[in-house]
Amino acid sequence: MDQKIDKKVVEQENLQEEIIEISEVHKWYGDFHVLKDITLTVRKGERIIICGPSGSGKSTLIRCINRLEEHQKGTIKVDGIELTNNIKNIERVRAEVGMVFQHFNLFPHLTILDNLTLGPVWVRKVPRKEAEETAMFYLEKVKIADQAKKYPGQLSGGQQQRVAIARSLCMKPKVMLFDEPTSALDPEMIKEVLEVMIDLAEEGMTMLVVSHEMGFARKAAHRVLFMDWGQILEQNTPEQFFSNPRHERSQLFLDQILH
Amino acid sequence: MIMNEESAARISAQIRPPVTRVGVIGWVRKNLFNSWFNSILSLIALYVLWKTVPPFFRWAFIDSLWFSTSDACKACDGACWSVVTKNIRFIMFGFYPHELQWRPLSAIVVLFGLLAFTWNRNNWKKPLAVSWIVGVIVMAVLMRGGVLGLEVVESSEWGGFPLTVMLSIVAMVAAYPLGVLLALGRRSDMSFIRAVCVVYIEAIRGVPLITLLFMSAMMFPLFMPEGFTVNKLIRAQAALIMFTSAYIAEVVRGGLQGMSRGQYEAAQSLGLNYYQMMRLVILPQALKIVIPPTVSILIVAFKDTSLLVIIAVYDILKSTEAVLSIPEWMGFSSEAYLFLAIIYFLCCFAMSEYSRKLERELGEGR
Repeated sequence: MDQKIDKKVVEQENLQEEIIEISEVHKWYGDFHVLKDITLTVRKGERIIICGPSGSGKSTLIRCINRLEEHQKGTIKVDGIELTNNIKNIERVRAEVGMVFQHFNLFPHLTILDNLTLGPVWVRKVPRKEAEETAMFYLEKVKIADQAKKYPGQLSGGQQQRVAIARSLCMKPKVMLFDEPTSALDPEMIKEVLEVMIDLAEEGMTMLVVSHEMGFARKAAHRVLFMDWGQILEQNTPEQFFSNPRHERSQLFLDQILH
Repeated sequence: MIMNEESAARISAQIRPPVTRVGVIGWVRKNLFNSWFNSILSLIALYVLWKTVPPFFRWAFIDSLWFSTSDACKACDGACWSVVTKNIRFIMFGFYPHELQWRPLSAIVVLFGLLAFTWNRNNWKKPLAVSWIVGVIVMAVLMRGGVLGLEVVESSEWGGFPLTVMLSIVAMVAAYPLGVLLALGRRSDMSFIRAVCVVYIEAIRGVPLITLLFMSAMMFPLFMPEGFTVNKLIRAQAALIMFTSAYIAEVVRGGLQGMSRGQYEAAQSLGLNYYQMMRLVILPQALKIVIPPTVSILIVAFKDTSLLVIIAVYDILKSTEAVLSIPEWMGFSSEAYLFLAIIYFLCCFAMSEYSRKLERELGEGR
């Protein structure tokens, strides 16, 4: 298992198709300007880590991508669909964008299997049998197939997060968003979740990860974005970013987290 | 200190706990006499029980008359349960024609039979739903008549226990979904819907049920065009439904607010639309959390049918009062109301027990 973490994920060379286009986006919470003129293009198959101090707007940014937050200015396009007040578009985007939350947010009143089949059955209108097969496939992928009939409350944090990842994958999304996926986990469980994320990376999934797990950034990311005060202050490859941060605040941040 | 084999064996051999700490004596010490204050309270409570329970027992069971005439009752000191036993048919069925009272009785039997089947959640399948629909039709036919050669009995002659039970059940079954819709509407982003729901809920919560019943019975006809009347019972039923739904709406809204945002967000990020999110993720959890206060409201709705006294609808309370206003049976109100209280208690307790059963069953997996 250790070798997997140490090995670097093979670089995808032909990243061309743009899947997320964020252009001059601003967002305010009342008077508070939380996102300032964000412009970002994500290509299919790209893996981006977004890091920065708390309150920098990194979670807000990815939550705008699946419209859990609404931006007031600028445009966001996912897979060619623009995010506006059009509910149909929003639902179409959400079906293509999977999200993994810091606090897992599994549905406690449903079994693990039902958690996974809910989306496909009701949103993609997949027949139940087929949805269950897909669910078992992904449960095996995240190495938790034996817990299919249990309820979320009976699983540990690491297990729940892996189920959450499998639940998003069952919708066969084009992009996966991760909002601090390991921040609520005990240290011994972080590794099992990161392994699943690396597996995903090796299969070429487009991933945007808000995280402080710099090890994952080094192994799997194409780009690291550093955000502070609602702006993207620096973007670079992981090697460049960690060894040679150009912005003084990036340097400050790295000093604080890499001890 | 390391234990050697012998002393460990000796200690692990079964020794009995001290007799003054366990069993009955232990319980009494711990719960009734564990401090000065508690001991004094316990003694006072025991004294009060000593003074009241034996005399009550004597009044209710030993000196009492169960099937005698009212004259014999007046002559005796004990409880006169005859006021109930001799008038049971009027108390239970009101003004329903005497010879036809087998019909409301059968309707009650059908209803309780259906309820008994519904008690077990494993039966909640299609045949049960069909049985309910058929059962309701059967009950309506039995009560009203008019078909199959049964004589017509107008709703103004219905009364007593069947009326109480039917009014309550219809009120509960209609108010619950209405309350849920109102709660969702009150939390809606659309200001018109939100305004309508807020006005409805606050207006109804702001008045006592009695005023609603008065309005339904007295004021409603004034607003209607000449000659257009709606059955008084239906009006009263509507008032009960509206009243109960407002309270259920607020309780459900509390449940919805108590849900963590993460559940809403997880459902939305899967691409579920509003209706799917509510039906599959949010409402199952929110409604489960608020089962205790919801059942309280429904139990109160059952007892609130007694307020129909005010508009001369002969539910079980009014029919009891009618019996007590007969000269020969005046003065035995304690026995009659005790009997009523027992009936209400049995029904409400059954609802309470069912709610606890439901909570236990739904608690699995949490």
